[in-house]
Amino acid sequence: MTTANHARLRRAFLPVIAGIGAGALLLTGCSGGSDGGNSSDGATEFTYLSLTENTAVADTLTTLSEGACAAENEALPLKVTNQPQASFDQQLQLLAGQDALPVIFAAGNTPQVAKDLNEAGQILNIGETFDELGVAENILPAASSTIESLYGEQIALPTEFNVEGLWFNKQILEQNGITPPTTWDELVDAAATLDAAGVQPFSASGEQGWPLTRLVGNYLFRTIGPDALQAVADGDAELTEAEYVEAAQAVADLGAEGYFGEGVGSIDYDTSINTFTSGQAAFLYMGSWVLSSFNDAETNQLGAENIGFIPFPEVEGGSGSSDQLAANVGVPLMVSESAYNDEVGAWLSCISENYGSVSLGDQGVLSGFTVNDDSIEVPPLTAELQAAIDASGDSVLWTEALFNAQATTTSQTNAAQLVTGAITPEEFMQLVQADLGN
Amino acid sequence: MNNVFGNKRAVLVFVGPALLIYALIMLVPVIWSLGYTFFTGSVITGFEFAGLENFERLFTDPKVGEALLFTMKYAVILTIGQILVGYALALLYVFWLKKASSVVRTLVFFPIVLPTVAVALLFQKMFEIAPQNGLVNEALNLVGIASVDWFGTADTAFLVLVIMDIWRSMGFYAVLLYAGLLDIPEEIMESARLDGAGSLALIRRIILPLSLPVLLSSIIFSINGTLKVFDSVLALTNGGPGSSTTPLTLYMFRTAFNYGNYGYGSTIALLLTVICLLVTIFIFRSSRRDLTKN
Repeated sequence: MTTANHARLRRAFLPVIAGIGAGALLLTGCSGGSDGGNSSDGATEFTYLSLTENTAVADTLTTLSEGACAAENEALPLKVTNQPQASFDQQLQLLAGQDALPVIFAAGNTPQVAKDLNEAGQILNIGETFDELGVAENILPAASSTIESLYGEQIALPTEFNVEGLWFNKQILEQNGITPPTTWDELVDAAATLDAAGVQPFSASGEQGWPLTRLVGNYLFRTIGPDALQAVADGDAELTEAEYVEAAQAVADLGAEGYFGEGVGSIDYDTSINTFTSGQAAFLYMGSWVLSSFNDAETNQLGAENIGFIPFPEVEGGSGSSDQLAANVGVPLMVSESAYNDEVGAWLSCISENYGSVSLGDQGVLSGFTVNDDSIEVPPLTAELQAAIDASGDSVLWTEALFNAQATTTSQTNAAQLVTGAITPEEFMQLVQADLGN
Repeated sequence: MNNVFGNKRAVLVFVGPALLIYALIMLVPVIWSLGYTFFTGSVITGFEFAGLENFERLFTDPKVGEALLFTMKYAVILTIGQILVGYALALLYVFWLKKASSVVRTLVFFPIVLPTVAVALLFQKMFEIAPQNGLVNEALNLVGIASVDWFGTADTAFLVLVIMDIWRSMGFYAVLLYAGLLDIPEEIMESARLDGAGSLALIRRIILPLSLPVLLSSIIFSINGTLKVFDSVLALTNGGPGSSTTPLTLYMFRTAFNYGNYGYGSTIALLLTVICLLVTIFIFRSSRRDLTKN
């Protein structure tokens, strides 16, 4: 080919490539601007996108589809698909971008994704819909208020209503002459006694990170008060301030003493539960969703009767109180606005009326729905927790509830380093604060 | 031939379909991604034109600096490791094992066909400290050394990553370099031997210069592959502890898909592309030198 031909070809292709580039630029800008509207008449299947790791909700929905909601299932068959938790937010964004959200789906890992979906008009307002359907009274007021403080609006179904706190091994504490601690200092003393006796004081998953950052958050709620992290989210306070760093220091001190055991960064969620239920650790910070494991005689070698629950202890001189239990709604479910129709409404009514009973009866898990079946036998440990919830005052959210996705990841991936001493409490708080973008 | 290539229609018929498919599946997504670098937002919230905001952020974001440094460190160390071990194995195949090398070649090559996630799980178990000691810590305990939390600190986690990736890829580079070594004429080797060249002199004066082209190809393969490392890091350390083993690719992935910031994620991707391009050009340029001149 001659040089002239080369030049001609180059000249011919340049506008084509430039055109593709300009078109892509234009389309890129336009592509996300759609309002996510759906012109169809709603769903033809009751599709549910579940977290692979959480089978409880799918199991309960399946039970409902075969029992109390069989008629609704006949009209709109339930279809469950799974997505691993690690890539769940990504999947939601992908589906939302294509206006292809399933009828019902687990809210993302970070509340921000759900808020974004809601602002884009893709989420059904559960509060208003339940009012129209006349089933609003089936959601517990405490669960409603937790959802509102989390998302700003009633846009989720509370498949769980969890409170979090410290579970303890009654036998180990009795053997070592320890009474369940009510203050942080008592907890640290108890840990020292247990450690001296050769018992691992705490079981925690550093691989997940959040069981450790929960300790930091709760410490903040006890010292500064229930608005400690709201002030950070609003930009009125920073995590690098001395009173915030104190919380990270307190948790780092537990790690420095080796109270979380060896290789805490490698401990995954299941191992942390197994360590506790096999009697190898005295305390476990966890939410009430763990009741399903505790009430399962096959997995719980300790026996549910040997497990007790205490709220996160108070810190002397702090503004917070142990009455303020950390609460969340587990894996809340959201409903696609565009998929909603009468059949979906019927399903939602049925769920609201029966979910609480099935969840408690089959799995021993407390949901945010009322239990409308009086014949349900509540396991003693679950009943004990219900009493603790009834006795509690206000609830507080969890540490990262008001953080963006990046700060949440930074907080949870650095938690193990905080307790192993690989980073200082100041560095930990600086890293998280830097990603908050305030 | 000149007649065919001089005919514009013929060029269009031959090249057109392939170019169209290439444009659709390669160029359009690349240019599309380039377009994203000028926008902020996500598919949920919609996109807004942001001008050069993402580029300004790229140059001030300390995490990009850390990730870039880690990527470079990983690429350099792993390239050296892969090529050295691969070359040593290739020499072993050709000059020591000779015809009996096929079984060893197959065995050493085997890890490259295993899924990365499976290899990462294997190494996680081998190096684990909790809930029970892995093989490595058990071996250390046997000789009186305390268990090490390999994934608990940045340096040890990096070491495990390097060991795993060299183990995984050395068979591939060994075969690649083995093919290059086979091309060296036996007569040249024989005459060098007759001239009294020892093993080291033979490697330095004959084998190394004559296998340089395939060595350079291996370096380009290796450096480009290692600069884009993603799966092995994700599966073995997930970028941790903290973000100490997070390469640019993982930071880009998290920024775009976990944090929902497609614009900034695309900007990081562009940085990575430019780095790969520069490194490749640099290696190509340096390899054009005529080795026979001196």
